Amino acid sequence: MRKWLRVLAPVAALAIVAAACGDDDDDDGDATETTAAGGATAAGTDTTAAGGGGGTATCEGIAIAFFGAQTGESAALGLNESRAVELALDEHNEANPDCQVEYKVFDSQGDPAQAPGLAQEAVNDESIVAIVGPAFTGESNAANPLFDAAGLPAITPSASNPGLSTQGWTIFHRAIANDDAQAPAMAQYILEDAGASTVAVIDDNSDYGKGLSELVVAGLEEGGATVAVTDSIDPAAQDYSATVTQIEAADVDAVMFGGYYEAAGRLTKQLRDAGVDATFISGDGSLDPLFIENAGPEAAEGAILTAAAFYSPEGYEGGEDFGSKFTESSGEAPGLYSAEAYDATNFILAAIDAGNVDRASILEYISTETFTGITKTFKFQESGELDGPPAIYASTVENGELVGVGQIGA
Amino acid sequence: MLDLVASFADRSELLKDQFWQLTVDGLRIGAIYALVALGYTLVYGVLRLINFAHSEVFMVGTFGALFATKALGIEQGDPRKTGFALVGVLVFCLLVAMAFSAGTALILERVAYRPLRKRGATRLAALISAIGASFAISEAFALWRGRNAEGFPRLFQKTKSMFTFFDAEVQADHVVIIGGALVMMVALDQFVQRTRLGRGIRAVAQNADTAALMGVNIDRVIMLTFLLGGIMAGGAALLDQLYIESTRYNIGFLLGVKAFTAAVLGGIGNLRGALLGGFLLGLVESYGAIQFGTEWKDIVAFVILVVVLMFRPTGLLGESLARARA
Repeated sequence: MRKWLRVLAPVAALAIVAAACGDDDDDDGDATETTAAGGATAAGTDTTAAGGGGGTATCEGIAIAFFGAQTGESAALGLNESRAVELALDEHNEANPDCQVEYKVFDSQGDPAQAPGLAQEAVNDESIVAIVGPAFTGESNAANPLFDAAGLPAITPSASNPGLSTQGWTIFHRAIANDDAQAPAMAQYILEDAGASTVAVIDDNSDYGKGLSELVVAGLEEGGATVAVTDSIDPAAQDYSATVTQIEAADVDAVMFGGYYEAAGRLTKQLRDAGVDATFISGDGSLDPLFIENAGPEAAEGAILTAAAFYSPEGYEGGEDFGSKFTESSGEAPGLYSAEAYDATNFILAAIDAGNVDRASILEYISTETFTGITKTFKFQESGELDGPPAIYASTVENGELVGVGQIGA
Repeated sequence: MLDLVASFADRSELLKDQFWQLTVDGLRIGAIYALVALGYTLVYGVLRLINFAHSEVFMVGTFGALFATKALGIEQGDPRKTGFALVGVLVFCLLVAMAFSAGTALILERVAYRPLRKRGATRLAALISAIGASFAISEAFALWRGRNAEGFPRLFQKTKSMFTFFDAEVQADHVVIIGGALVMMVALDQFVQRTRLGRGIRAVAQNADTAALMGVNIDRVIMLTFLLGGIMAGGAALLDQLYIESTRYNIGFLLGVKAFTAAVLGGIGNLRGALLGGFLLGLVESYGAIQFGTEWKDIVAFVILVVVLMFRPTGLLGESLARARA
């Protein structure tokens, strides 16, 4: 019985594809109809996001790769995303026996120096039709030129530096609002919700941290606050007492930090130990339970961490379901950007299921079509940024746990 | 440019204003550098070898201290210890950290250096062996403990302004770190200067062949220097964790570079030079970070090192371990 099915299934599938291809050809012939068909396809893909498509897609020997940290200092964010990519692929492959999309992973360790070599490797692997990532800004700057030259489409679920969308990379897409949106929201929060008039702004000397901090400084000065201290710390160092001393001497109301969770945690702890009780606010790079581990639960209490995403997907409609599926498949709870990575992967899979199995046609599809995922509806502008007003959310630490505060700066 | 001059002046003002606070911070940082620098200098004095894996000896010590707190069932956020319970916990953690570090140092000597020495390999071969051992230990811990930092529980209340030093408010942990480091340094100095075993170390440092003819067991002396360096690194590891309260597989790297710098600054091979170099480097970093901005502190420190070496190529106290006397 099974043997018969194995023989028959591809034949049936071929017949369906032949029919589908015929339709596509007709659409291509008529420009006005393409948009309408696109809309219909997008509506159809909603089912994919919810649980696996119609099972009729066909493809062979193609792969979607995740590009980001799996090990190293900032691995937690990368793992949040790569596990979601794997989940989306597993669901897709289970529902579509004739379209097995392989999962590949490039562990950049979040290090811009390693990114070009890995990117070249990804470009040379012809089975890879699309990239989810690169996860961070620094590695995006290093890897995206190579992806762009090879026409390999990419959707990053987390790299948030605004400059990335002004490089003229046609392959670049960003599944979240950028720091241009995050920074004003943070500045507004510091000015209004925290009621601060003197602020210290610290960064970790990374592309991401410096970029975010500079934008927050601009927003604060525009809002009439005094930025009393600016300093850059070395995230590999352990002791930030010189920075703490400056902040303590300036007697600020709020401390903003642009950087990642390990340094953010240590800085918070050393600030609190020195008796600085100013509001601590940091961006998406610090929004991780490891921030609490590094700061210690007491020092972390009340810290505000912002991001262009909810920390936990439970905040989204349909996120509850996603959370339990994610935990079941990876054995870990979902974290920041898990839902965005899942949506990004499903957008690419929607392109594949619509019959686009090479880099160029997938790029065309995700650049022009609309896709509704669990976090939002995705429609990319030409620059690769999302259409529509940007959304920024804040979380805080309560009794040693990260809890959502809600949308800020809107 | 005017902006830069203005901010430089502002920073000078801040430096003057916070001078004593920065001094206390610098001494605390320098105390750790000095303890680790002793390990580099001891081994160099006896073997003329830079033990580049010493940073990993320190790293293993921090994990030793962490395991000790776990063995005692102390969790993050537990109530603080006081009185005798606190002293007991600190002593236990100190002994465990020292045992881990000293054990690592002895194993290193056995596995990475002695076989080469017995075969009469060049010092360069031993140096490569040291770098390899450093990577191996660090990556082994990365695989075992993961690459994310692990939190170290708070052992005692870090009361702000336990007392004031000029106009600096000194935290309790600063007192423990600087005080603990000084006690260990004096103990080591006295051990090397006054005991029979210490005399053996000085004899081998002066002239290994002659010492051997005089009946000094060179293998045992070498083991002893690694052991002492390991004990100092273990003590440094606990003191460091009392302040930093988190550790991971590569925590030793940057500190190792700094401690090695301190040893060279003071005169490598010279115990008191390592102390002077460690405290000096800590202070220079602390002041330099305020005057030039935190991102410049390493540059300031290394410029000073280069300048010192230009005028005193053997370091500030430039004597060998053999001739260092009270």
